[in-house]
Amino acid sequence: MPDQFLYAIEVTINGLMAGVLYALVALGFVLIFKSSGIFNYAQGIFALFAALTLVGIMEGQVPFANLINAIIGTEIHGFGWSVPAAVAIVLTIGVMVLLAIVVERLVLRHLVNQPDIILFMATIGLAYFLEGFGDLMWGSEIKTLDVGIPQGGSFWIEENTAWLGGDGFYGFFIDRLDITASIIAALLVTGLVLFSQYTKQGRAMRAVADDHQAALSVGISLRFIWVLVWSIAGFVALVAGIMWGSKSGVQFSLSLIALKALPVLMLGGFTSIPGAIVGGLIIGVGEKLFEFAIGPMIGGATENWFAYVLALAFLVVRPQGLFGDKIIERV
Amino acid sequence: MLDGATEGYTTADGRKIGGVMMEMKNITLRFGGVVAIKDISFDIREGEIRAIIGPNGAGKSSMLNVISGFYVPQEGEVWFRGAPRPAMRPFQVAQQGIARTFQNIALFEGMSVLDNIMTGRLTQMNAGIAAQALWWGRAQKEEIENREVVEKVIDFLEIQAIRKTPVSRLPYGLKKRVELARALAAEPKLLLLDEPMAGMNVEEKEDMSRFILDVNDEFGTTIALIEHDMGVVMDLSDRVVVMDYGKKIGDGTPDEVRNNQEVIDAYLGVSHD
Repeated sequence: MPDQFLYAIEVTINGLMAGVLYALVALGFVLIFKSSGIFNYAQGIFALFAALTLVGIMEGQVPFANLINAIIGTEIHGFGWSVPAAVAIVLTIGVMVLLAIVVERLVLRHLVNQPDIILFMATIGLAYFLEGFGDLMWGSEIKTLDVGIPQGGSFWIEENTAWLGGDGFYGFFIDRLDITASIIAALLVTGLVLFSQYTKQGRAMRAVADDHQAALSVGISLRFIWVLVWSIAGFVALVAGIMWGSKSGVQFSLSLIALKALPVLMLGGFTSIPGAIVGGLIIGVGEKLFEFAIGPMIGGATENWFAYVLALAFLVVRPQGLFGDKIIERV
Repeated sequence: MLDGATEGYTTADGRKIGGVMMEMKNITLRFGGVVAIKDISFDIREGEIRAIIGPNGAGKSSMLNVISGFYVPQEGEVWFRGAPRPAMRPFQVAQQGIARTFQNIALFEGMSVLDNIMTGRLTQMNAGIAAQALWWGRAQKEEIENREVVEKVIDFLEIQAIRKTPVSRLPYGLKKRVELARALAAEPKLLLLDEPMAGMNVEEKEDMSRFILDVNDEFGTTIALIEHDMGVVMDLSDRVVVMDYGKKIGDGTPDEVRNNQEVIDAYLGVSHD
């Protein structure tokens, strides 16, 4: 096989892996949008906040340490212990559920029946609040996150694929973190689909997404479902936060992955879980292949804008996305 | 005709009507300065078909919304099964066994007919999230039992042919029927119908009337309904409350109400001279 072709395959595989991570972020948006019609601008910050909290708990940091020190004049920074990753993840899930309850009580409850744009604005406010709150709670320095996910290229895959090409080809380079992320994302999505199709709460979630008044009349508590949905979105944010945080450190730029989710959503549709996955994969593969094939001709750095151009093209042809609900007005 | 509050009565066609199930005591509902319901009291007895009629804007739907918890009255009490009901949210009322339909149809448009009717069973499902995840067997058994009830309702309302159809594709008359099916799936003690026959043609109205009578007859479900079609109301109901401008102007059997001068005036108009 010609090496050039093999490289294209490698690029495609890596694109798929990157796409899974995009999809993971997009999933959090879809969940909330489907069940409450809210575009949650804060989803990216959710991922950052979850990752910050996870690192903080693992390293035994004292929350609000800087604030406490500044007020009382103490010099505390850590409890001096470290918490195993598994325990810290469970505790962080607890924090995200708590966050969902607070959001429902302080924000959503007061904005029932308001136009969508008001709720959208509220999530922008939430994003900025949470960004500052996260810094205040855990500090703003860049942190490394290591929950024990293997990193670096997989030698096994490299050794066993080297024979495909000639002397200049050393086998496919695929990061083990990406492989792990793909497996976890697949499990997460399967779990979510099963949950929404086959459980009582899943059915109630779909009902609330469809019609609030009808949902109330069949005995569904809107508040409970909102807390549930925002908790799940918080959990998905945590998973995304762990994956991206392990890859490139926990810092503010983590929240910008939300921007990568936008074109994914336009492509896949705001209301479709499979759409988020397929959209993520298309964007991932598309931007990597474009960079590989066309990039050198036009000076590179195409990954920054390719996704948005692709999404724009889609908006023209298919505004509801690949899998989104078609908008038909009966006249 | 009615003696004690707990004693029932027997209808002309020989059906036994039980004691008071729900009692509205001096209900007043205001929206800002507008009084939608003004000091109204009436009761609904076990097993009866109770109609609420009146001209447009009389406050009938508001009354139904008070019963189902969508509106909270400023004054008055709602008694259910012999005890005053605390302020409740609509979903809590539904969990008490009170199901309803809406004047403007509130179905889950994106779901199939079957899924819509299944949501009616939500109040009957007890397995929690953890139980459903860990104890798959029990959740499945529950699902099967619920499915059986739903299939029975589907047969009963003769909508087998459209069970897999997305609701958004159905014509108006069938949507009304699916909404009734969803309410019935909850196996309610009290069924509230807000204009179940509005906008239907004669044939559809006859079907719907038959279903309402059959539900009452076969399952013993107590029904409170709002309807504009006088002929239908007089044929279906055991007792009728008449409202006008938020006030109660008549209460009794269809015959009593028909001969009530105030009711005649409200419907036909009266000359003020």
